[in-house]
Amino acid sequence: MDLTVQDRIRHEITEAPVVLFMKGTPVFPQCGFSAAVVQILSHMGVKFKGIDVLSDPSVRQGIKEFSSWPTIPQLYVKGEFVGGCDIIREMFDTGELKQLLEEKGVPVRA
Amino acid sequence: MAMDAAMIERLIKESLPDAQVSIEDLRGDGDHYAAHVVSGAFRGKTRVQQHQMVYQALRGRMGNELHALALQTSIPDD
Repeated sequence: MDLTVQDRIRHEITEAPVVLFMKGTPVFPQCGFSAAVVQILSHMGVKFKGIDVLSDPSVRQGIKEFSSWPTIPQLYVKGEFVGGCDIIREMFDTGELKQLLEEKGVPVRA
Repeated sequence: MAMDAAMIERLIKESLPDAQVSIEDLRGDGDHYAAHVVSGAFRGKTRVQQHQMVYQALRGRMGNELHALALQTSIPDD
């Protein structure tokens, strides 16, 4: 495991309260799964930092090792891995996502 | 790069022998699946840990040969 990439990721996820590793950018997602998570966060009025893994292959691989999670997107709240597209969708549907964000002190539009 | 549903089910059951697995081929192209896995082994685990257990069962195929597997995990009703 490349320590510098892992260190960079560890730093990135604390840079903003909500960080999304995704394919493409929040404005132009390059994958349907990334787009779905962007849509959920936008719908909830949650501010987040998008990190485009397509622009950096070392981060694309490194983030999978960091979280032991094989796919992109990956959502981090206050430095903690919350899940990928399926989990975020499920948590949004059940209201758990809103609850988690509020517990972590992230503003959510009602 | 495709993988058939029976193979996915077999790999999951090798790691989680009690699992009830239902798999749907979303587009009929052998590349976009939705799987629902029910196993007692998920008890006491977070959703992330439950999904990680399934990904581990697939031994590195997820994100490679297997592009899209929409995953839902749950614990059997008592």
